[in-house]
Amino acid sequence: MAVLSPASFVTKGPSSSSSSSSPFPARASFLRAQSISGSEQTNLRSSSASKSMSEFKLKVAKNSTGMTKEREIDDTATLTSKNLFDGLKERFLSFKKHTYLENIEHYESLAKGQAPKVMVIACGDSRVCPSNILGFQPGEAFVVRNVANLVPHFESGPSETKAALEFAVNVLKVQNILVVGHSRCGGIRALMSMHDDVETSSFIGSWVSVGMNARKRTKADASNLNFDQQCRHCEKESVSCTLTNLLTYPWIEEKAKGGELSIHGGYYDFVDCTFERWTLDYKEDGEVSVKDRSFWC
Amino acid sequence: MPGNFGMLCCCKGNVTKEEMADDSYQAAIDGLTTLLSEKAGLGSVAAAKIKQLTAELEAASSTGFDPVERLKTGFQTFKTEKYEKNPDLFESLKKGQWPKFMVFACSDSRVCPSQILDFQPGEAFMVRNIANMVPPYDLTKYSGVGAAIEYAVLHLKVENIVVIGHSRCGGIKGLMSLPDDGSTSRQVCFNNKYCSDFIEQWVKICSNARSKVKTDCSDMSFDEQCFHCEKASYKLHEAVNISLGNLLTYPFVREAVVKKTLALKGGHYDFVDGCFTLWDLDFKISPTISV
Repeated sequence: MAVLSPASFVTKGPSSSSSSSSPFPARASFLRAQSISGSEQTNLRSSSASKSMSEFKLKVAKNSTGMTKEREIDDTATLTSKNLFDGLKERFLSFKKHTYLENIEHYESLAKGQAPKVMVIACGDSRVCPSNILGFQPGEAFVVRNVANLVPHFESGPSETKAALEFAVNVLKVQNILVVGHSRCGGIRALMSMHDDVETSSFIGSWVSVGMNARKRTKADASNLNFDQQCRHCEKESVSCTLTNLLTYPWIEEKAKGGELSIHGGYYDFVDCTFERWTLDYKEDGEVSVKDRSFWC
Repeated sequence: MPGNFGMLCCCKGNVTKEEMADDSYQAAIDGLTTLLSEKAGLGSVAAAKIKQLTAELEAASSTGFDPVERLKTGFQTFKTEKYEKNPDLFESLKKGQWPKFMVFACSDSRVCPSQILDFQPGEAFMVRNIANMVPPYDLTKYSGVGAAIEYAVLHLKVENIVVIGHSRCGGIKGLMSLPDDGSTSRQVCFNNKYCSDFIEQWVKICSNARSKVKTDCSDMSFDEQCFHCEKASYKLHEAVNISLGNLLTYPFVREAVVKKTLALKGGHYDFVDGCFTLWDLDFKISPTISV
């Protein structure tokens, strides 16, 4: 399809404006933008607070007739530095042609609102995207991704994951929360490598401290194992601790108890490509146990 | 290749559902099978299509949604169609990750970058939060996002950070709906007893975008204002540009941008008209003038 004929490629700008309320550091000035292909601009201006950007809008006619070239890329081909954004453009246009336009009614209905049944909390690691490994399609899963798939305790800790929980559970009313841990997690490795005190000198140390209980349990239960094995132990322990933390949110706790909301744990091991999962069994009397544990390999 | 479809369909393991498939579903399968036999290179595209049809059929079936079955099917499809077919890629990814992108995207279920930009395993380190916001440097208040940026820039040495906004964003709508005086807090309540204001506290990161849009677009409708706030246009400092600016409050980001080892980009996915907009920011520190 390509659709990369000049006519379908709307270029706007550059236009420039200056603003007195720039959020950017005073010494920084934004200069002329690069093109989408990343070609370098050299006419940099040194005056302060001037900004100009050129914007490229990728437009494809909704009517897909007249498309001239089929896209034939190996979707596992890596994007090389040179064609990084050209590659993304091709991929977007391919998504539009093969998925969006061919299911236009589905996308029109999705545009009116989302009603995902699942909220997923996964790691930011490039190897573990839930859409990749679990095949989620647009509209299916509300997804939070942070370092080491952690959820802070209700009473304390940074707020972005809390905001997402509030939105997913109380506004979208998802029926399932799935927390997915994974093998060789850099965040968990950092957690296992730090000192016993909460480390606040770096962002990573400060953030992964959210998982301190998992580290303590691992140190207690797996002290006989080598460091790599301890990390693996902690990757799973941390998912369990995160599920426990979810229950500290009063609105999650009440829904879980009432059976309106199921809480699932998952562990993706990309070394042998296996997926382990389980569901919390949360009883009226507050007793928590695990049910339906399964292992896919 | 056509044989794969048999396997793909069978791995649902539910004959009844397949028997319920209507004519159009069967026609689609037939069409794709023909396409596949003619164009072997389109296998992955067709596989994705089949997967979607299967998912839709499943969603439409009267048996209701079984989350565990859905996850199992998804994982098995990934394993047979991706993992086992690309042993070199996945063998190398066991050793580490070398993504060229760090992506900030919204948690919204409709805008996953892996779906719309087809990111493959290993290509993009990803943060997804409400309204794809990057807060300013704050070691305690925003350590979650900070940890992700620190890890991506200092450890993984990504070459690009892309902040992607999208149409009809609930977070932006929340931001634009905040009371003008900034005094009263909008809480979300469950059963009229448990109230919290996490969403409000979070989206306020981009309150400058809100004020700017409210001032500059006072003659527009609320929906139009939201659109301007989601999307970076040249005249307005709205949410994505605020986030790009906030990225520069992280010293290691600033340093990498100055050294040109890191580029910052803004993006906007409009799922209403199916457009993706991408723009670059180039950046330079003005020379310090000493007198």
